[in-house]
Amino acid sequence: MCRPRILLPALALALVVLCASPAWGQGEEVPRGRGFGARLLQALIDGVQFGVIIAITAVGLSLIFGTIHLINFAHGEFVTIGATFAFFLNVSPTGPGWHLVPAAIAAVLFGALLGGAVDRVIWRPLRRRGTGLINLFIVTIGLSLLLRHIVLVLYGTRPGSFAQYDIQETIDLGPVAITPRDLTVTLLSVLVLLGVAALLQRTRIGTAVRAVSVNRDLAEASGIDVQRVVLAVWMLGGALAALGGVFFGLVEIITWDMGFKLLLLMFAGIILGGLGSAYGAMVGSLVIGIVAQVSTLWFPVDLQYAWALLVLIAVLLVRPQGILGRRERVG
Amino acid sequence: MDFSVIFSDALRSGIGPIAAVYALAAMGLNLHFGYTGLLNFGQVGFMLVGGYGLAVTVATYDGSMWLGVLAGLACAVVLALLLGVPTLRLRADYLAITTIAAGETLRLFYRSSWAEDVTGGVFGLQRFASDFYDLSPIPPGTYGVWLVEFNARDLWVLIVGWGLVAVVGVLLALLVHSPWGRVVRSIRDDETAARSLGKNVYWYKMQSLVLGGVIGAVAGMLQAIQVQSVNPDSFDPAVTFFLYTLLVLGGAGRILGPVIGSILFWFVLTFLDSALRQAIDAGYISSDLISTSEIGAVRFALVGLALILLIVFRPQGILGSRKEMLLSER
Amino acid sequence: MSDDQAPTVRASAAAGRRLAGTAPEPGVPKPDALLVLDGVTRSFGGLVAVRVDHLEVQRGAITALIGPNGAGKTTLFNIVSGFDRADGGRWWFDGRLLTGRPAHRVARDGLVRTFQLTRVLPRLTVRENMLLAASGQRGEQLLPALLRPLWHGQEREAGHRADELLERFRLGRLRDDHAGTLSGGQRKLLELARALMARPVMVLLDEPMAGVNPALTQSLLGHITELRDEGMTVCFVEHDMDVVMGISDWVAVMADGRLVAEGPPHTIARNRAVVDAYLGKRHDEPGTIQEEP
Repeated sequence: MCRPRILLPALALALVVLCASPAWGQGEEVPRGRGFGARLLQALIDGVQFGVIIAITAVGLSLIFGTIHLINFAHGEFVTIGATFAFFLNVSPTGPGWHLVPAAIAAVLFGALLGGAVDRVIWRPLRRRGTGLINLFIVTIGLSLLLRHIVLVLYGTRPGSFAQYDIQETIDLGPVAITPRDLTVTLLSVLVLLGVAALLQRTRIGTAVRAVSVNRDLAEASGIDVQRVVLAVWMLGGALAALGGVFFGLVEIITWDMGFKLLLLMFAGIILGGLGSAYGAMVGSLVIGIVAQVSTLWFPVDLQYAWALLVLIAVLLVRPQGILGRRERVG
Repeated sequence: MDFSVIFSDALRSGIGPIAAVYALAAMGLNLHFGYTGLLNFGQVGFMLVGGYGLAVTVATYDGSMWLGVLAGLACAVVLALLLGVPTLRLRADYLAITTIAAGETLRLFYRSSWAEDVTGGVFGLQRFASDFYDLSPIPPGTYGVWLVEFNARDLWVLIVGWGLVAVVGVLLALLVHSPWGRVVRSIRDDETAARSLGKNVYWYKMQSLVLGGVIGAVAGMLQAIQVQSVNPDSFDPAVTFFLYTLLVLGGAGRILGPVIGSILFWFVLTFLDSALRQAIDAGYISSDLISTSEIGAVRFALVGLALILLIVFRPQGILGSRKEMLLSER
Repeated sequence: MSDDQAPTVRASAAAGRRLAGTAPEPGVPKPDALLVLDGVTRSFGGLVAVRVDHLEVQRGAITALIGPNGAGKTTLFNIVSGFDRADGGRWWFDGRLLTGRPAHRVARDGLVRTFQLTRVLPRLTVRENMLLAASGQRGEQLLPALLRPLWHGQEREAGHRADELLERFRLGRLRDDHAGTLSGGQRKLLELARALMARPVMVLLDEPMAGVNPALTQSLLGHITELRDEGMTVCFVEHDMDVVMGISDWVAVMADGRLVAEGPPHTIARNRAVVDAYLGKRHDEPGTIQEEP
């Protein structure tokens, strides 16, 4: 049981590294000054940074799946809305022009509200009506389409960046370099992930969430208010998605369809980690982030996200329950 | 506002080539989703490999159109196998995730600089459809009745398109009413029961995925021919969501569901589009609220809303039976 | 209760006689074993759900598999019918090794099962449910399906047989209704009729009497004994001892995943291990393992 769990992420990495041996074409574009080891190390650091941001957004998606078995195809839009809401407060000429920190906090709160509202207004009534799960999936793609294009109307197609921390000097740490902004975002993300883990393990609501994930009926029978737990999970998921959006907008760029692109990486991370396992989502996302960045050593950057899908299919072939998932859940 | 223009735009669109393309793609999806219960969220991927299979063969490699058609169909079969082998043994959600990811990833692959020599990258490919138009028996000119007019080329695509819809419709009707269709529908209802009765569920799902995917590829080719170009960005994931909307609108699990759905969908969509444009131009709607350039986005948002409302209030669509729908919601 | 006695008499008449010389002890060889299990084990996350050293099921007899909740009966059924994977062991059906065979192949080999919670196909009609079960249909292949003449005759034959079976199970007038509209009891009947439609050599019935009213229970029992009298082998899971005593030719008892006793019904009621399994063990260890995965 244990060995494949450890081997799988390594396998995913090896896949990218080995596939690359023909070194198709793109080698020339990489600056020649640094050795391969240094570039690999840099890519790993970038990958961890990318991975923890994916992890923040994916944990909520995974928790939602764990509690109500719904795959929220609109989760990417929560990410975009977080980023664009912070952008509105921070940069937009029609906005209040807040500093990024309060703007980010407001965006996270807004994400929580949005998540909660979506549960109250859409999912709870539909659950009450006994609408089938397959139909709920289709509702989420409708919601995704609706929200994404509302963002498009309000935000527009122009890519944007936040007003603060935009251009920074890198700090050289031997062979690798990182900006203080990226370092801060990475450390904050790790802290947030640890915080989520602590929330799940140490608090009453966290215990309740885990109980509902394991066995909903049993949890309900032992007096847990399942509807409240589900609401809490949606709010947490919305908040985390918004935070991830702000972080992603900070280290990369804000666009109206950023969330949908991230969604595919979240899926890859979640499946790699094991559908429904919150910790699996964290580990899996981290691996996916690294795979995406390391792949750019050999392959064009515009294919970066495509590798995530290959990992996804490889995982489904080899170990569909993922690294931390249980076999029984899959069939 | 000129209602006859709005109405004629809407009508043209509802019976035009694009509605035939979507009807065809949705028929494939109907086999997946409506009859087999496969949640394919990446039908656009099949359209993409179909369209590109044709375009690349003709434009990049100077092959004939028929070779291109074969290539497009073969690509769809390969894609279906790639998606089906790892996921069809698993729960429905795995297929949904994998297909949505595959559709988007294919688009990224085809538009990447790495594939540019073959696929034309972000610029796509043009000049591959002349063989098709050369086959047209229709002399140049415009043809029309009442409010609707098409030029000779569009009319040719339209005839071939709806002809294909009819042929595929008949084939699908024969299939789903045969014992094969009974097995496939039983898988939709309860695959465990189907297995307990000796049906190789995995194999039937695979057949359905391949067949529906091939139909999607044909739709992709038709679309490529109609606009006389393929471009990665015209195969946006939203296309699949459009297909779901019109499929649910018409009635999933009904042979004519996607046909009626597509006609109505494009009629209403174009009606709204045209009406909004005119209302903005005429000043009925302030351009501060919505500018003409945002109409596209508003339209997409409305489709999303319509899909939600349909599933909530009329999941059986126009042709389906509410009673039958409720039977499956255990 | 007089209905209850009638099948018992018939039971001992035919199949019971052939089992008469068989010793009532766990794992005993049968004179004409159709299904043979050897060393079958299955555990869920450390809990052993099934560990059956040896079990043989007599051809042409009704064998009941009983045991308290969580004894591993359904898990054993799932393994044998290919719906669950065993961790170890081998099993043969009609002399053919069945280990690791996928569920649909097991069914085609003539070993057809039903489910504890009925699984009718709700959006297919009752008759379509029946027709689906017919085996070897040419029209189930993709290309022949398009050519109606290729399968039309076969379909008509299957239709006649389906109608006969539906009449026999008193479902004839419901044949064009969607199966999803049937009541719980009707679903049980349909599932049994559908299993027969596949012309099985042996049927595995998972709690056929669970959640069924007393009148229907009697009718189901009648159907089951009739099947045996027609030469079919029946094995069913049940935890109600009274039901079992009435119709079985042979009873196998499981507890905590093991086969603890075997024998003709009258020996089982007095068996020390069985009493332990039902009363003693359950009272001593309330935390029995979950049967459903």
